[in-house]
Amino acid sequence: MTALNRLTLAEARDGLRRKDFTSAEITADCLEAMEGAKALNAVTCPTPEKAMEMAKAADVRLAAGDAPDMCGLPLGIKDLFCTEGVQSQAASNILAGFLPPYESTTTAQLWRDGAVMLGKLNMDEFAMGSSNETSAYGPAISPWRRPGSNAPLTPGGSSGGSAAAVSADLCLAATGTDTGGSIRQPAAFTGIVGVKPTYGRVSRRGIVAFASSLDQAGPMTKTVRDAAIMLRAMAGHDPLDSTSADLPVPDFEAAIGADIRGKVIGLPREYRVEGMPAEIEPLWSKGRAMLEDAGAEVREISLPHTKYALPAYYIIAPAEASSNLARYDGVRYGARAKIRPGEGITALYERTRAEGFGAEVKARLLTGAYVLSAGYYDAYYLRAQKVRALIKRDFEEAFAAGVDAILTPATPSAAFALGEVGADDPVAMYLNDVFTVTVNLAGLPGVSVPAGTDAQGLPLGLQLIGRPWEEADMLSIARAIEERAAFSAKPERWW
Amino acid sequence: MPLDAPLLAFEEPAAKRIEGATGEWEMVIGMEVHAQVASKSKLFSGASTAFGAEPNTNVSLVDAAMPGMLPVINAFCVEQAVRAGLGLRAKINLRSVFDRKNYFYPDLPQGYQISQFKHPIVGEGEVIVDLAPGVARRVGIERIHLEQDAGKSIHDMDPSLSFVDLNRTGVALMEIVSRPHIRGPEEAAEYVRKLRQILRYLGACDGNMQEGSLRADVNVSVCRPGDYERFRETGDFGHLGTRCEIKNMNSMRFIQQAIDFEAKRQIAILEDGGKVDQETRLYDPSKGETRSMRSKEEAHDYRYFPDPDLLPLEFSQDFVDGIAASLPELPDQKKARFVRDYGVTEYDAGVLTAEVESADFFEAVASGRDGKTAANWVINELFGRLNKEGLAVSASPVSAAQLGGVIDLIASGEISGKIAKDLFEILWAEGGIPAEIVEARGMRQVTDTGAIEAAVDEVIAANPEKAAQAREKPSMAGWFVGQVMKATGGKANPQAAGELVKRKLGIE
Repeated sequence: MTALNRLTLAEARDGLRRKDFTSAEITADCLEAMEGAKALNAVTCPTPEKAMEMAKAADVRLAAGDAPDMCGLPLGIKDLFCTEGVQSQAASNILAGFLPPYESTTTAQLWRDGAVMLGKLNMDEFAMGSSNETSAYGPAISPWRRPGSNAPLTPGGSSGGSAAAVSADLCLAATGTDTGGSIRQPAAFTGIVGVKPTYGRVSRRGIVAFASSLDQAGPMTKTVRDAAIMLRAMAGHDPLDSTSADLPVPDFEAAIGADIRGKVIGLPREYRVEGMPAEIEPLWSKGRAMLEDAGAEVREISLPHTKYALPAYYIIAPAEASSNLARYDGVRYGARAKIRPGEGITALYERTRAEGFGAEVKARLLTGAYVLSAGYYDAYYLRAQKVRALIKRDFEEAFAAGVDAILTPATPSAAFALGEVGADDPVAMYLNDVFTVTVNLAGLPGVSVPAGTDAQGLPLGLQLIGRPWEEADMLSIARAIEERAAFSAKPERWW
Repeated sequence: MPLDAPLLAFEEPAAKRIEGATGEWEMVIGMEVHAQVASKSKLFSGASTAFGAEPNTNVSLVDAAMPGMLPVINAFCVEQAVRAGLGLRAKINLRSVFDRKNYFYPDLPQGYQISQFKHPIVGEGEVIVDLAPGVARRVGIERIHLEQDAGKSIHDMDPSLSFVDLNRTGVALMEIVSRPHIRGPEEAAEYVRKLRQILRYLGACDGNMQEGSLRADVNVSVCRPGDYERFRETGDFGHLGTRCEIKNMNSMRFIQQAIDFEAKRQIAILEDGGKVDQETRLYDPSKGETRSMRSKEEAHDYRYFPDPDLLPLEFSQDFVDGIAASLPELPDQKKARFVRDYGVTEYDAGVLTAEVESADFFEAVASGRDGKTAANWVINELFGRLNKEGLAVSASPVSAAQLGGVIDLIASGEISGKIAKDLFEILWAEGGIPAEIVEARGMRQVTDTGAIEAAVDEVIAANPEKAAQAREKPSMAGWFVGQVMKATGGKANPQAAGELVKRKLGIE
């Protein structure tokens, strides 16, 4: 029998019901895989005992029959999610040793359904980054390598640990969060599926906030079907999150395999950026052909304000972050710097935050405070909000014209090597989000699907952007791509 | 709607003036009153707001700003803010927005206060501040917004450590911002008193100033006579002086003292040829002076922006109308009605309506009886006694029915006013039914003219000199009536006694 950690969620779910294996067996295989994958630095805090306990409980529930789909399926959890009694640090030193006395709503829903927690996964500090290099734990490393090279590649970010863990089969699936592309970009870099749901679909309660109006949690899985299964468990109205939508959660999986003939797919002409590697354009065309083959109608559309999205994003997200991260002050929890007698509260704040936050977080907090400050608010924050409204309108007009979903590349390139991008020019790193941030600004659902490889055999993803609340429709189209792309490459084990 | 009921007419007084070395000055005062919403739970969390709990026991995960915790608006607090707005005849904004006011302080766990900056829940309104019968100041309300209270930092418990109590953190406050329409220290205190009265009528705030449920920041500036009128005509603040803000006062007396001191301080600076600095000041009651807290240059940049964790606060006109329909009669309307319907003086009506409980008590007594008599008894006898004993109306040992019974016995001539006071004492100390007490204790007044006549004869016979004087000077007759009352143990009908005295003395 193949190692059970290689199973998809759907395979494991169905196998558990056939009694081919137990949750305890799958969990044990995952824990073993995790144990053997330290070189990937994907896991920040393994919880093997908790995992086995949860697996055994799931097996009892499965034996009793009528267990939910997620029952017994072992998952990795991004460190941004607060997990009760389990170290939750958002990969930051400022939350060193923080043990939340509560569970995030969406992980609580997963555990309610019987899913098994394997441990916490690496990420960029406070989800700020596109390569996992800002993590206080050091970067997670992609299981993928360029042929003939030992250079460690990024799994992407900020959900880099989740992407590395899923693509290296350390877990069956993982949670991620996406503020500007943090699920979709790492999914594309590692050949897995990542879904950023409609803003308000998944509760944000208990997830460490980065930029409240953009943050959204979602599944990172091996297949589109798995994403549909897991999203259903994660989604739902939460009265404790005022931005959570009070809407019924559909059976997303039922849409997998649905006929997409006649669906209208838009290709936004503004998503062709200069200096894109040669592989991206053909990949996009391939995606177009696949959807046409599935019977969809593909047409060129225009989203004219796209080029302003990245600058607007890098004003709004830091502005919100500068306020959201003010609570990390050393007073109540997490790290507290030492001060000398006679020094006051200001010294405590300054030193705690100077020691606790990494360079990227500091840069963004300073940016955020600046754009909100008196005299600059109108020129930056207010203008960025206006741009945001225009970007949203671009999409609304496209959808109003009959477009069902929008197809774009997920990233402007395949995974890069650690240290290769952004060291001298942070904007080069920010450009990674160029295709994904518009979706967060507009609050729309997006999915990254593995669709091919670059010249060096590294995974490339295509992104589908759906209508608000139409994740099911979007996933049915994603499945059509997945089916035709038949992406089956796996990283060769070197770790 | 009770708010449409007619009000008493009034005139606005001239501003109070202060005589300086170089001529007269006037004060211009505006206030920001923070009123704690009378809610059992906080503005954005379910934690209790009970006063006096052990430190840090009324703190939810949201209040402590634990990572990932999110605010959820308390609908009851929204309703109270709308009630307050309606009570101040203000515009209710169907859409308002919560902003974050960012600053660092240990008693502010989030690192920001959630408040309403650009789009408050309540807009323009007004308060009529009663100053004397027929005299009142119309004070414009600029806005009311909802915001979170901060916690408490305690710096004097340990020589090297500060302590923080988060019990108050996140408690709902209504910040009621007035226009600079207040023209003197007494008006300022009366403004707070009136605001407190209206809020207590509405039940939106308990108005307990000792517990900090009502606190005021006072903006004071001085100007020359005529400048304020020019400001009112043009709306141009340039006509007014530079203002200072005195923070966080929770006593009417201190408010008056602080304004008085501050106005004189500013006048002294200006008369010396100096310039008033715009700054925030604190009042020190032990020294009776204000001192600088921070200047305009040191003012924080609060980096306000809309709180992305909260949707704009939106409700329908129906929601507002529903609240409006449930509003109680408010002090101004009640006072006017008491004057109109019960014939009491405006002054008495003001005393009776100070609290809903006292007004209700009065109405229960006055119902079906003479309003003026009822007012006299309620104010002079009952309130006087309650004040002396430090009791609230709700704790009165004499009920409205009992007091009404006393008045009925006077009206029917069964007891005299003097006996009535004794009866009141008995009711106060022992309780009981007035008519039964009068019966059982033989307190009924003597209307039998034969008995009174005998007493009159006796008194005249015993005081021949006085009788002779009274015949010269008829006003002396009152002395004889008093003696008759004394002789009969107060039970003689004073009217009958008076008539008999006059007749017997032959002075009529």
